[in-house]
Amino acid sequence: MNVIVPPARSAIGNAGGLVEQYRAMRLELPGEPTARDLAADWLERHELPSRRVEAWRYTDIRRVWETPFETAGATPERAKARLGALLSTHGLADDAAALPRLVFVDGVLSRALSRMPDGIDVRPFAGVDAAEPLRHPMVALNTMLATDGMVVRVPAGLDAGRLLLVSLCEGIGGRAVASHLRHRLVLEAGASLALLEIGEGSGCYLSDGVLDAEVGASAHLRHVRLQRDSGEAFSFSMVQATVAERGAYDGFNLALGAVLARHEVHATLSGPHAAVHVNGAQLLADAQVADLTSVIAHDAPNCVSRQTVKNVLTGRARGVFQGKIVVARVAQKTDGYQMNQALLLSETAEIDAKPELEIYADDVKCSHGSTAGALDEEQLFYMRSRGVPVAEARAILVRAFLDDALQLVDDEMMRGVLDEAVAAWWRGRAA
Amino acid sequence: MSDPFLAIRGLCASIDDNGTPKPILQGLDLEIPAGEVHAIMGPNGSGKSTLSYVLAGRADYAVTAGSVSFKGQDLLAMEPDERAAAGMFLAFQAPVELPGVNNANFLRTAVNAVRRARGEAELDAMQFLKAARGQAKALSMPEDLLKRNVNVGFSGGEKKRNEVLQMAMLAPSFAILDETDSGLDIDALRIVAEGVQALRSPTFSALVITHHQRLLDYLVPDRVHVMARGRILRSGGPELAHQLEAQGYAGFLAEAA
Ligand SMILES: Nc1ncnc2c1ncn2[C@@H]1O[C@H](COP(=O)(O)OP(=O)(O)OP(=O)(O)O)[C@@H](O)[C@H]1O
Ligand SMILES: [Mg+2]
Repeated sequence: MNVIVPPARSAIGNAGGLVEQYRAMRLELPGEPTARDLAADWLERHELPSRRVEAWRYTDIRRVWETPFETAGATPERAKARLGALLSTHGLADDAAALPRLVFVDGVLSRALSRMPDGIDVRPFAGVDAAEPLRHPMVALNTMLATDGMVVRVPAGLDAGRLLLVSLCEGIGGRAVASHLRHRLVLEAGASLALLEIGEGSGCYLSDGVLDAEVGASAHLRHVRLQRDSGEAFSFSMVQATVAERGAYDGFNLALGAVLARHEVHATLSGPHAAVHVNGAQLLADAQVADLTSVIAHDAPNCVSRQTVKNVLTGRARGVFQGKIVVARVAQKTDGYQMNQALLLSETAEIDAKPELEIYADDVKCSHGSTAGALDEEQLFYMRSRGVPVAEARAILVRAFLDDALQLVDDEMMRGVLDEAVAAWWRGRAA
Repeated sequence: MSDPFLAIRGLCASIDDNGTPKPILQGLDLEIPAGEVHAIMGPNGSGKSTLSYVLAGRADYAVTAGSVSFKGQDLLAMEPDERAAAGMFLAFQAPVELPGVNNANFLRTAVNAVRRARGEAELDAMQFLKAARGQAKALSMPEDLLKRNVNVGFSGGEKKRNEVLQMAMLAPSFAILDETDSGLDIDALRIVAEGVQALRSPTFSALVITHHQRLLDYLVPDRVHVMARGRILRSGGPELAHQLEAQGYAGFLAEAA
C-alpha cells in the first residue's frame, strides 16, 4: 500500500515549479481548465516518482525535476529543416514522405509541416477530459500542461491506411523546452489505422506525451514508435488504450534515443477475443536508461496479450522492463505471454526485468520469461571463419537477436523504417 | 618449390579446462604441398578437430609452441577472417546455427567480404543468386535451404551440404573438411566427394578428416596421416587408410608408445 503523504516543498522541486508555471498561464492554455486544475492539485498532493515508489524503483527521474524547462518554441525554419532531414533519412525517403502526417514542433502542431489525412476526422485539440481519474504522475503533468495533440476519429469500417505522427523538440537558443502532447485516437467498430510515431529533437528537452486510444469492436490499431530523441533528452510516453471485443492494439516501441526514457502502455482488454501486443526493442549506449513498462488488464474472457521485448545494451546503459498482467475473475481463457531478452555488449551494461502476474481467474494460460547474455563467441567465430570481419559479424548477430521482435511489425514499410534505424544506430556505435 | 604451401611445425596447443591448461596438440608436424589432398584419421579425442580449429583461428585455444606457415605467411598471426580471405576454409564437424540470420544473405555477405579482401569485384544480388542456386543444385540441395536461417533446423546431412556449399562459393585454396562425410547419406557422400574432387587443381589443397574409408574411395588422397594424442604417428599413401580400416588403431598406438 502506498500511503500518500504530502511531500515537503523540496521533494516536489521543479515540478512544483511547473505547477506554479501552470497557474501563471492557466487561462492561455487550450480548453476548459477543470482537468488541468485537478491535475495541478493532484501533483501538489502526491509524491513525484522516485526510486522509493515501487513503480519507479528501476528508473530514477529526479534529474528531470532538477531541470528548468521553458515552453518557448522553435523557429519555423529550424523545424522545417529538421523535418526535411527526418523525412529524407534513408528508409523514410520515398514512402513516408508521401504519407499524411501530423507534425508537432515543441509541443504545438505545425500546420505548414503537416499534411492532413483524407477520410478521417481530425479535430483541433481542445483540452483534456476532466472525467478521467488521475493515477500517474506523468499523465497528471501532461494533463496539466498539454498544449496540443492529435485528435483523430476513424469512422466505422474504414481502413485509414498509414498516418505519420512526428514530434520534434528544437527549442531556441539552447534553452530546454518541454513538450506535453496529448493525443486522442478513436477507432470505431471495424476501423483500422497504422500509426508511425517518430520523436526527435536536439539538445536537452522534456517530451511527455500521452496517447489515449479507444479501439472499437473488431478495430485494429497498429502503433509503431521510433523514439530517436536527442541524447540529452528526457522522453516519456504513455499509451492508455482500451480494446473492445475482437479489437486489437498492436504496438511496437523502438527506443534508441534520450538519456532517460520511459514508454508505458496501459491497455485494457474490455471485450472478449480482444488482443494487445506490446512489443519493442531498446538499443542503448553510454549512460542511457530506457524503460518499457506495461500494465495489461484482461477484463474479458478469451483475450490474448503478447510481449516480445529485446534490449541491446552497451557502455553503462541500463534497460528496464516491467510487465504486469492483471487477469480479472471474469477473464477466463486468457492467453498472456511476456518475453524480455537482453544482449549485453559490455561488462557494465545492465538489465532490470520485473514481470508480474496478478491472476484472479482459474482457467488461464500466462507465462513469462527472460534471458540475458553476451554475443555468442562460437557464432562469431563461425562467421569470421567464413571471411566476415568481426565488426560486420557482430552487427549481423545483433540484428539477428532483434529479428524475432522486428518480424512482429507486420507493416512492411514501417518495419523497413525500424530496420534502417537499427542499422544507423549500429553504424553510429561502430564509428 | 622453396616455400611449402602449408607447413605445420612442432605445433602445441592447449585449451583452458576449468582454469588449468589442458594440452591437446603436442608437437604436431605436417606438410601439405599445393594441389594435394591429405587425409587425417585417428581415434576420437586425438585432437583432429582441435587442429582444424587452431588452423582456422579459434580464440579459445592457446598455441604454446610451434609455427604454421600458409603460402609463405605466418598463419597464426592472422585473424580468422584474414585466414579466410587468404584462402583457408574449414568445414565444421558441428556447423553452428545462426538463428535470425538468413542463409543466402549470410553467404552473400561472406562471399563479398572475401572477394573484397582479395581485391575482386563484389557480386550483386543477381549474380550471387545465380551462382548460389547453381552450386546448390550441383549439391542436390533443396533451394529452400537458402531462404532459411543458417543451419537452424537443418538435418545433420543438410548442415554438411551447407558447409560444402559455402566452400564452393568462397573458392578457397585450402579446405579442411572435418568429418564432413559423417551424417551424409550414401548419395550425398558421393555428391560431396565429387564436389571436392571437382575443385582439385594445382592451386587447391585439402585436409580431409574422416573415420571412414568410403569417402576416400571417391576422393583418393595423396597422403594419409594417422593422428593420436595430439601428434602425427604415421604417414603413408592411400593404402594406409585400408590398413587402418582392416586393423584398427591398436597396433599403431602400441608401436608409438
Ligand atoms: N573445451 C574443452 N575443455 C576440455 N577439453 C576439451 C575441450 N575441447 C576439447 N577438449 C578435449 O580435447 C581433446 C581433443 O578433442 P578433438 O575434438 O580435437 O578430438 P577429435 O580428434 O576431433 O575427436 P573426434 O574424432 O571425436 O571428432 C578431447 O579429449 C576433448 O575432450
Ligand atoms: Mg573431431
